[in-house]
Amino acid sequence: MINYLKNNPDNVSEWFFAHVWLSVVPVVLGLIIALPIGWVASHYRWTYPPITNLAGLLYTVPSLALFIIMPSILGTKILSPINMVVALTVYSVALLVRVVADGLNSVAPDVRAAATAMGFTGLGRFLKVDLPIAVPVITAGLRVATVSNVSLVSIGALIGVPQLGSLFTTGFSRYIPGIVLLGIVLCLVLALVLDGLIILGGRLLTPWQRAVAKR
Amino acid sequence: MINGIIEWLSDGEHWSGPDGITARLLEHLQYSFSALAVVLLIGIPIGLYIGHTGKGSVAIAGSANALRALPTFGLLLYLVIGYGDKLPTDWIYLGPSLFVLVVLGVPAVLSNTYAGVQNVDPAARDAAKGMGMTGMQVLLRVELPNALPLILSGVRSAMLQIIATATVVAYVTLGGLGRFIIDGLSQQDYFQMAGGAILVAVLAVALDLAFAVIQRYVVSRGITGRYAAPAANADVVAAESKASV
Repeated sequence: MINYLKNNPDNVSEWFFAHVWLSVVPVVLGLIIALPIGWVASHYRWTYPPITNLAGLLYTVPSLALFIIMPSILGTKILSPINMVVALTVYSVALLVRVVADGLNSVAPDVRAAATAMGFTGLGRFLKVDLPIAVPVITAGLRVATVSNVSLVSIGALIGVPQLGSLFTTGFSRYIPGIVLLGIVLCLVLALVLDGLIILGGRLLTPWQRAVAKR
Repeated sequence: MINGIIEWLSDGEHWSGPDGITARLLEHLQYSFSALAVVLLIGIPIGLYIGHTGKGSVAIAGSANALRALPTFGLLLYLVIGYGDKLPTDWIYLGPSLFVLVVLGVPAVLSNTYAGVQNVDPAARDAAKGMGMTGMQVLLRVELPNALPLILSGVRSAMLQIIATATVVAYVTLGGLGRFIIDGLSQQDYFQMAGGAILVAVLAVALDLAFAVIQRYVVSRGITGRYAAPAANADVVAAESKASV
């Protein structure tokens, strides 16, 4: 395990950063797309069931299947990382739409009324009151999306997209368990680090939670 | 491109024989449901025990999260080349494959079973004890039926994850629908790959819908409120949405 890392530091770091990129970009894009859709689902109540059902259905489609079907929809090459980015973005949107809607629904009606009485309206109220209150729920959803993405990205090695999963296929074809183990360990470390960063980000965005806890 | 995929899927020759779609589909279901059966045998009793006694809940929550990050594909390849030669010939590939699918499915079932029992209204539990029920009776007649909606949603997500991931066992020479994806890639036959991918996707969606119907009719109507006042349902729905986040 250590030997392979010593002898091929360039390969490993290239795969590692490709893995980071492939895991993080879809979640960021997914959140940007899920915010307005989630807002619609929470603001116009009748849209909630159809939107969350459609999202649930999309989430049911296996990721590997989505990676492979993408080229016939996008016209990309089968080995292009774009397929994975788009497929994982679809996944993240499907997961986060419901999370965003539930998070916004968790804002207490009297808080909303108080904000309105203080003069907050429309977009201002959404950005300064509703969204910050929904942060803990959205953070929980982001953690699930990111950690499962790290594992889903590694499956891309099956169809030859280079990232940490390439250590699995390399180790398998050379019959050296240590190389595969290196890939597993790096995936776990990456998932842990990204998870920690999201928890940290969530704490920084909600300073009032610590203030309440202190009392 | 789409036409080519449809052509591949509608060719009758691709459906018959030992490496046809029908045979691969049955293999896929066989791997998936064998693994799911083991998942239920492990996850439900342990989940009920932890939920009922409250012992070990912290350890379970922590390890269930860590397991989610474990890359199944990597674990499979590691076990095959690291331990496959210590297994009987028939099990060199099958053993590790079933093992990783079980590891994949257990956390969802276990943590939902545990959460379902934990979320049972304490008043209902106390009433059952007050009526003179023993611990085992409380568990089987009160806690289990009340926890059923959450347990079933755990089983449903475990099933979907297993069906989706059973595709990768084809990489270690086994069958299943993943065969078309792996063979299609090595033969540079995109239509075969995409056909296989679509079959896995359709299988997952179909099983999900079938499970939704079962879920609806298995849960006691006193809990779903299907025939009674819908207000009684609110807590269960809240618990379910929390668990799925």
